[in-house]
Amino acid sequence: MNVFEIENLNLWYDSHHALHDVCINIPANQVTALIGPSGCGKSTFLKTLNRMQDLVEGVRIEGRVLFDGADIYAPKVDVTQLRKNVGMVFQKANPFPMSIYDNVAYGPRVHGMCGKAELDALVEESLRGAALWDEVKDRLKKSALGLSGGQQQRLCIARALAVKPQVLLLDESTSALDPISTGQIEELVGQLKQDYTVIMVTHNMQQAVRVSDYAAFFLLGDLVEFAPTQQLFNGPTDQRTADYVSGRFG
Amino acid sequence: MSSNFSRRRHAKDATLKGLVYGSGVVVCLILAAIIGYIFFRGVPGITAELLTTQSSYVKDTIGILPNILNTLYIVLVAMAIAIPLGVCAAVYLNEYATNHKLVRAISFAVETLTGIPSVIFGLVGMLFFIQLLGLKAGILAGGLTLVVMVLPTIISNTLESLKTVPVAYREGALALGSGKWHMIRTVVLPNALDGIATGCILSIGRIVGESAALLYTAGFGLILNSFMTALQSSSATLTVALYVYATERGELDVAFSVATILMLLTFLLNFAANLASSKLGPKEN
Repeated sequence: MNVFEIENLNLWYDSHHALHDVCINIPANQVTALIGPSGCGKSTFLKTLNRMQDLVEGVRIEGRVLFDGADIYAPKVDVTQLRKNVGMVFQKANPFPMSIYDNVAYGPRVHGMCGKAELDALVEESLRGAALWDEVKDRLKKSALGLSGGQQQRLCIARALAVKPQVLLLDESTSALDPISTGQIEELVGQLKQDYTVIMVTHNMQQAVRVSDYAAFFLLGDLVEFAPTQQLFNGPTDQRTADYVSGRFG
Repeated sequence: MSSNFSRRRHAKDATLKGLVYGSGVVVCLILAAIIGYIFFRGVPGITAELLTTQSSYVKDTIGILPNILNTLYIVLVAMAIAIPLGVCAAVYLNEYATNHKLVRAISFAVETLTGIPSVIFGLVGMLFFIQLLGLKAGILAGGLTLVVMVLPTIISNTLESLKTVPVAYREGALALGSGKWHMIRTVVLPNALDGIATGCILSIGRIVGESAALLYTAGFGLILNSFMTALQSSSATLTVALYVYATERGELDVAFSVATILMLLTFLLNFAANLASSKLGPKEN
């Protein structure tokens, strides 16, 4: 089953044509990695999936992005509902300057949850889901800014999980972390696919091989190849993919 | 040759150092002299009677309680209107406005307004609020004039503060499905609180110290009034009272006492502004 079905997606930043006719179906409950050299459009593509592109000025999008069969760029789509279902974790951890508890409870409160017992349970569940509970359970009321970089990033994952999304978008979410924190997040991603679809942008090809089930290779705004990860890395059908995964450029 | 050069350089250094030190000392001396003189002339006159009564021709006494209250009233009126209006305007300019040319034009206008002499605000206030709208000279007309005068301060301080809130916070909130207003209320405004508070306190300082803009709009009344009466009747604030006592009544000692009180207030407000920006600013743990 596909969670996203994308047909002929084109995107322009003013006159710069950043994505060309991208067609891709992203399978549910799998980890899909988007790889490619800097500036190839993989982050741009990721941000079309929860309409964070709306925040960019001068952006123009054509084509269809179907999420659960419905076009998310159709008029009258509730963007807040879409973003509740398609959560996002950014490159740099961005916890709010409030307590750990309030960070995780932020999303549920946005969507109207206010019972304390209910929130307490959800905060614990989300922090456990992000493998952070044991480290922070005694300091939930302390500021999130006091956590280490890796903990902050897992807090951001917990925060995203707390609104119960179907899809989690990770935009190079380990690129600013040390190897141990990166390892923790990779392990976490492996567990998350039980319940969520994960789509991650990564610069790190070993990471793509380690954690993803599918991989999409972008180059200069084109989706060059999309295949199961093993196949894409071991037997790519396109010469450009072969050159990239073997390290000949990028 | 080289030693000659180095001697010249040393001489130059010493001269400049002397000038810089001298300027510093002169400025400090001037400041200390003014403060010292005002305290010297003003403090002895500050009595319980001065602070708690109103002036009476019959008893030939002078009291500035009405003026203290008027100052308080006018701060209340002006800030009650200026804070919400200014903060909302800044939020609009920074968060909602999409026409960048318009925003730049408004920002430029706001900056210009900050530098306009206050007597011009007084003139415009008199023409607009009193002659056109038919208000009586009093706390309301004066307060409204001051709203116009301090709005630029509140807007520009809030605007600066909003700009320092990291984009990552906004993205984080929006990516969780937060609506724009909810994001502003829960993530943006709390993190801009220091700038907003600083702007407000500076504005209160300007209001407390303002006289020119109030001469024609709030009036010279020295009579004790309740808040509701004062809104529509001639009411002198402390600064206007200082002017009246110094120039019309020849009571220089009273003027110096008022000046002392005003200086203490200014000091307190600046202290509060510093405290607000350090306590409310971004903090860790």
